[in-house]
Amino acid sequence: MSALDELRQLRRGGAQVRSRDNRAAFWFLAPWFAGLVFITIGPVLASFGLGFTKYNLIQPPRFIGLDNFARILTDERLHNALGVTFTYVLVSVPLQLACALGVALLLDKGLRGLAFYRSAFYLPSLLGSSVAIAVLWTQVFGTEGLVNRVLGLFGVEGRGWISDPDTALSTLIVLNVWTFGSPMIIFLAGLRQIPVVYYEAAAIDGASRWARFRRITLPLLSPILFFNLVLQIIHAFQSFTQAFVVSGGTGGPSDSTMFYTLYLYQQGFSRFDMGYASALAWFLLLIIAAFTAINFWAARYWVFYDD
Amino acid sequence: MTTELRRRLVVPAKHAGLVLIGFVMLYPVLWMVAGSLRPGDEIFRSPGLVPETLHTQNYTEGWNALTPSFGTYLVNSAVLVLGCIVGNLVSCSMAAYAFARLHFTGKRWWFGIMLGTIMLPIHVIIVPQYVLFSNIGWVNTFLPLIVPKILATDAFFVFLMVQFIRGLPRELDEAARIDGCGHPRIFLRIVLPLMTPALATTTIFTFIWTWNDFFSQLIYLTDPEMYTVPVALRSFVDSTVATSWGSQFAMSVVSLVPIFLAFLVGQRYLVKGIATTGGK
Repeated sequence: MSALDELRQLRRGGAQVRSRDNRAAFWFLAPWFAGLVFITIGPVLASFGLGFTKYNLIQPPRFIGLDNFARILTDERLHNALGVTFTYVLVSVPLQLACALGVALLLDKGLRGLAFYRSAFYLPSLLGSSVAIAVLWTQVFGTEGLVNRVLGLFGVEGRGWISDPDTALSTLIVLNVWTFGSPMIIFLAGLRQIPVVYYEAAAIDGASRWARFRRITLPLLSPILFFNLVLQIIHAFQSFTQAFVVSGGTGGPSDSTMFYTLYLYQQGFSRFDMGYASALAWFLLLIIAAFTAINFWAARYWVFYDD
Repeated sequence: MTTELRRRLVVPAKHAGLVLIGFVMLYPVLWMVAGSLRPGDEIFRSPGLVPETLHTQNYTEGWNALTPSFGTYLVNSAVLVLGCIVGNLVSCSMAAYAFARLHFTGKRWWFGIMLGTIMLPIHVIIVPQYVLFSNIGWVNTFLPLIVPKILATDAFFVFLMVQFIRGLPRELDEAARIDGCGHPRIFLRIVLPLMTPALATTTIFTFIWTWNDFFSQLIYLTDPEMYTVPVALRSFVDSTVATSWGSQFAMSVVSLVPIFLAFLVGQRYLVKGIATTGGK
């Protein structure tokens, strides 16, 4: 059962738990409580407070009311960064999940060598977030890079994919799609759960391959698809490393790879405008929460729960 | 089409398709490994994989390009990774035991909060966290990166372990309780030894995620003596001129070797961990 299912169950309400064991629980949870207060919830609240101040780490924070939030509404570079980030999320996540589902369907059905293929396709997910792969990407898509060399073999003229503002973001989208292995593994686990008898019954009734996919696989896999969608969207909003390395920390060329997180980093840790960075952080939290809420709302129309 | 014909044609076609997809996906990585063994002018001349000669100079050049040398960064990353692994194993297993086996006031509520923090982006907390850690003088130490792990803030692993402990038979706990064991002993003697697969999964994911993590290491480690591999690699790439791609590739390969080894050793646990809880 995934974390999302757990939350669903909690919302519906479960059996009441009688309280005993309180003392033992306190000691077992002591590190976690401390982390919650000092590392997680505390900073979340503190960043809300800092959002109303001007603060550069050296002078004490100065209260400036809603100025930072007003700035969010008028900051054109931020609006561009939002556009870049939305494009990245809304294009790369569906493509990534389509690849993951497609390959998972090919791999299912007891194919020989399944474990080997699964590992091979999963490897990029482990490497994908590293600086090394970002360095590689700048070369693969560089003017003299691998992509242009291969295109050259077919007589196609390439271009500097990363130095061209029109294509720089697409190279990062390709990179995210490249890491389809981890949602693929989740799909494979989900496909295993679908009872074979359903397919057998459908085959006896003369259902076509497409009908079986559309009427059995897709509805029964929809909770897994939903889980992957929620998770990958949250994950994609937080992408940072690849854009940072590929653009040398600038978000360039012409702000075309300026992810929201990169802009936040620049405001907070290059310009030390901690107040504005905090406001930006909260705004990001609201955006991600809104996307997740929309996802949950839309789920009731397409996600099928068997229970 | 008869089933026999289908089996003869479709299955090989499937294999051919899968091999092709895998080859295209992994080709850039192989090209980087080949490029790390080529002299600079040869890298971009050929999209092929076999270098004309083995040019190991890239490795020695890249290794010594920054001061201190790359060995220091590898050691730093290793120390950091080790600290994070120990932190996660101890703190997350304790929290997981409480959530899976103990009955306490407000448990559902706390459990909901714990699940919620899995989804919390680090960017939302990094600014105040940085203010806190810089005020107590922890910048340019590994403490801001390790202490959160000791405090079980990687809720993903708490959840993974809760799932695992729930699958263990309760009769074992009850038998131990009848024999007079308290919770600390049940945890240490019964639950912990039985949950080694979950601990292995946690170890391997912590290793890979910490080794790859760039954002927080970039923020907290600004002194070259304290650089970890990703931070050093980025600084190396930024500081060198475009002609030294060979040594950049060489150091990139060096930085990926530990990940690759962890992948080889821990595939089984990685796949299981992803499948049951949905990792990154």
